[in-house]
Amino acid sequence: MAKAVLDVLNLEVHYGGIAAVKGISFAVEEGEMVCLIGANGAGKTSTLKALVRMLPSRGEIHYGGARVDHDESHVLVGKGLALVPEGRGVFARMSVAENLAMGAYLRRDAAGVQKDLEEVYALLPRLRERQRQLAGTLSGGEQQMLAIGRALMGRPRLLLLDEPSMGLAPIMVQRVFELIRAIAERGVSILLVEQNARLALETCHRGYVMESGLITLADTAAKLAADPRVRAAYLGE
Amino acid sequence: METLLQQIINGIVLGAVYALVALGYTMVYGILGLINFAHGEVVMVGAMVTLAVIKLLAGTGLPLVVQLLIGLAVSIPACMALGAGIERVAYRPLRNAPRLAPLITAIGVSIILQYLVVLVWGRTYHPYPELLPTTPFDLAGARISPAQVAIIFFSALVMAGLLWLVHHTRLGRAMRATAENPVVARLMGVNVNHVVTMTFAIGSALGAVAGVLVSINYSVAHYQMGFILGLKAFTAAVLGGIGNLGGAMVGGLLLGLIEALGSGYVGDLTGGLFGSNYRDVFAFLVLIVVLIFRPSGLLGERVAERA
Repeated sequence: MAKAVLDVLNLEVHYGGIAAVKGISFAVEEGEMVCLIGANGAGKTSTLKALVRMLPSRGEIHYGGARVDHDESHVLVGKGLALVPEGRGVFARMSVAENLAMGAYLRRDAAGVQKDLEEVYALLPRLRERQRQLAGTLSGGEQQMLAIGRALMGRPRLLLLDEPSMGLAPIMVQRVFELIRAIAERGVSILLVEQNARLALETCHRGYVMESGLITLADTAAKLAADPRVRAAYLGE
Repeated sequence: METLLQQIINGIVLGAVYALVALGYTMVYGILGLINFAHGEVVMVGAMVTLAVIKLLAGTGLPLVVQLLIGLAVSIPACMALGAGIERVAYRPLRNAPRLAPLITAIGVSIILQYLVVLVWGRTYHPYPELLPTTPFDLAGARISPAQVAIIFFSALVMAGLLWLVHHTRLGRAMRATAENPVVARLMGVNVNHVVTMTFAIGSALGAVAGVLVSINYSVAHYQMGFILGLKAFTAAVLGGIGNLGGAMVGGLLLGLIEALGSGYVGDLTGGLFGSNYRDVFAFLVLIVVLIFRPSGLLGERVAERA
């Protein structure tokens, strides 16, 4: 097996007295696309937030071979662990170009940043057209593209995506997933949280199914998509 | 006609100082949603420290303008450290507390600063030396002194510098990102605590400059001078739309004009019933009117934009 870029052991997340994530273990290999599927409230978003230390948690998080569960969020980005949050979180009052610059906030290699900016613009020509425009004036799909492009500006090694298809028109959903595949082809590992289980399983190599804070199934995406339990519960068959 | 022009000049001078102080309130509010009511005292400390330095330099025979610049070179970093220190000690531990708690703490910090200054420099009114030439020259019948010109020039320079910093530097971008969404800013690698510290430090630097300018304008400094000045600058920030930098500048200038024109004409308008000693009333009348009719201020946003 390839080397794991992310290795999580017995992760628990509590809100007050309520357990949202009840001790889950999973891994993402280098260059792999992994999805976490499950119903609303299963603990998927809490898991991602815990990974980037937006939420306190118990258990071990190993990233790039080192334990990171005592790092702060703003330090982890510098190590290549980037989250595109649910609801996109673009800076609405800043221009598209400034949003992208924020993605490269920690980088000091101006030439490299400029090169990556050109790559992001090549990947997402819409953003180049609108680079002077305030991000708040973009459509939902364009904002999602911007949020992903912004994360790429930090040269992530592992990209965490939280519900990138949420609230988007079907055509935009297709484009967002094409973009995610293109990013993976460049060697970025991806952990995708998605309610659109069909699309997630079509896109990823492996998947985990989460139910009420626990991982109930783990397999290759193809086997999960063929599993009658998954088909009944998440693929609407 | 001369009076009108004269009051407008006085109003702009006053307004420039209000604007500088108002920026300190509005920057902190923009980032933390907190009114730093101790800011007026930071302004006062800036005036006092500069005065102390100038007194030390009195025998050296240096030109007064050089003394003033040395005074600022000491008081600006001192106030930056003070502002950042206040945040660290008094506000950061209360970051997630109910909003009333930091407000009460701010009042406590104000009182502590006032009485520390009393301990060091006493309760007396300190005459401020004429650091800049005050012999006025004639401008279409009105009089404007080089000191007043310098106040307007200095304030404009400092404000232009601030706008450049906020819009064209990495720190400025991080400040705007944090103001808009601290959670996402952190995901970009922004150390939010560092941004907050810098915001307090920069606001306090502007405050120190303002404290010196206002003391030059009135030729006096006093341990309580920050109180009314702070309240008026806060009014200016609310008038312009709190959290908005341009708003603080416009609000400060407008408030200065309203106050100068109001106190200049209130005697005539009321047949001598009220005199110019009612000048402080105007700021707070403005505050009340703004809060009733346009609580978000002149340039404030009505609702946050959403996609």
